[in-house]
Amino acid sequence: MTRVVVIDYGMGNLHSVSKALEAVSTSEEIVISSDHKIIKSADKIVLPGVGGIKDCMEAFSLDLKERVIEELENKPTLAICVGMQMLLKFSEENGGVEGLNILNGSITKINSSHDVKVPHMGWNKVKRLGDHFLLRDIPDESSFYFVHSYCCLKSEDAITETTHGNKFISALAKDNIFAVQFHPEKSQNSGLQLYKNFLDWSI
Amino acid sequence: MSVAKRIIPCLDVDQGRVVKGVNFLDIRDAGDPIEVAKRYDHEGADEITMLDITASHETRETTYKTVESIASQVFIPLTVGGGVRKLDDIKKLLRSGADKVSINTSAVENPDFIKEAADKFGSQCIVVAVDAKATSNSWEVVTYGGRNRTGLDALEWTQQVTEFGAGEILLTSMDRDGTKEGFDNKLVSRVSSGISIPVIASGGVGNLDHLVDGIKIGGAEAVLAASIFHYSEYSIREAKEAMRDAGINVRF
Repeated sequence: MTRVVVIDYGMGNLHSVSKALEAVSTSEEIVISSDHKIIKSADKIVLPGVGGIKDCMEAFSLDLKERVIEELENKPTLAICVGMQMLLKFSEENGGVEGLNILNGSITKINSSHDVKVPHMGWNKVKRLGDHFLLRDIPDESSFYFVHSYCCLKSEDAITETTHGNKFISALAKDNIFAVQFHPEKSQNSGLQLYKNFLDWSI
Repeated sequence: MSVAKRIIPCLDVDQGRVVKGVNFLDIRDAGDPIEVAKRYDHEGADEITMLDITASHETRETTYKTVESIASQVFIPLTVGGGVRKLDDIKKLLRSGADKVSINTSAVENPDFIKEAADKFGSQCIVVAVDAKATSNSWEVVTYGGRNRTGLDALEWTQQVTEFGAGEILLTSMDRDGTKEGFDNKLVSRVSSGISIPVIASGGVGNLDHLVDGIKIGGAEAVLAASIFHYSEYSIREAKEAMRDAGINVRF
């Protein structure tokens, strides 16, 4: 049985994520864990994350971080929101935080204005820049739910973009990693389809 | 295109049951918050807000169970409010599956609570509910359903809670609440233009034009309504069509 481990480092919307995975799973086992052995036994990894990136990186204790980085080398991985942001090189949030530098790009504050409220909160369109298995059966420009104040404006690994004031990168993909700024677990049918694609994904 | 304007139906829940009567012909148990939430989800609601109007300690466990059941079956954002006083209340609601927590009275009584909550859980999940009543030249924040005046100016207060880390404001006009006369759009517009975070307009919706006005005149990012949806006067779908026809960017 395929085992999907949702990494628990105390900061994620873990239950929403695992409930959504369970809703679309046919035979996969969905486990929430921070245990090294269980993470090592995973076939696929989900890295969630909400809140401030500094707290997330700090909560991601050194030994857990090393173990997860090891697993991210070859296992199919889905990173969500701050989980995605942590995979980039750097974020200017909380006075500047170094990321894991697994994906290309960095994180900057979204500029607010009269028409552009921050946090960027709500449903917005996700426009494809390239094709990917995790976008299977999801029409281009489908709406997903976002909630964030920082974003990635440019990346070699960009796979979709979204506009809130400026354009930003809403999903990135590289090898075994797919990372999204939005919350598929809160994005109704489109989000569930993305989770289904993740479960069906083999590399 | 930018982020879509949101329509948020609100459920008032008392001891695990939806109150203010919900009148859907095609659901088995109109008092069951899970059934009602599922119905709104199918109709295309952008989020759901659940207000626990009992919120006494004895019924807290029922609330967590209700939140958990909704969150495991409805995959759109869920905000829960009512009786949130301690960081532990927030933690339990988030753990049960709420995405955002709405704080009202306890924010007024202890503004630092907003800071602590935003620091610990992130601004994205902290909604500050502000109930406001018109005065001769501005609006005053009130609590306990309007019975208690606070002396706080609503415009200053919403700026302050934004600085403290609130991620969103749920703004209810107590002059309009229950009247079906429409939002107090002057209030919505003044609050919304004074802060950088999203404002949800609430209180007074009687027809679909009112929803349109809240966005177009008030400048709200989202509109919240209860009774027009509960009594099936209008469906969420009809509300979205009316907004789209008025040139508002909505999600279908």
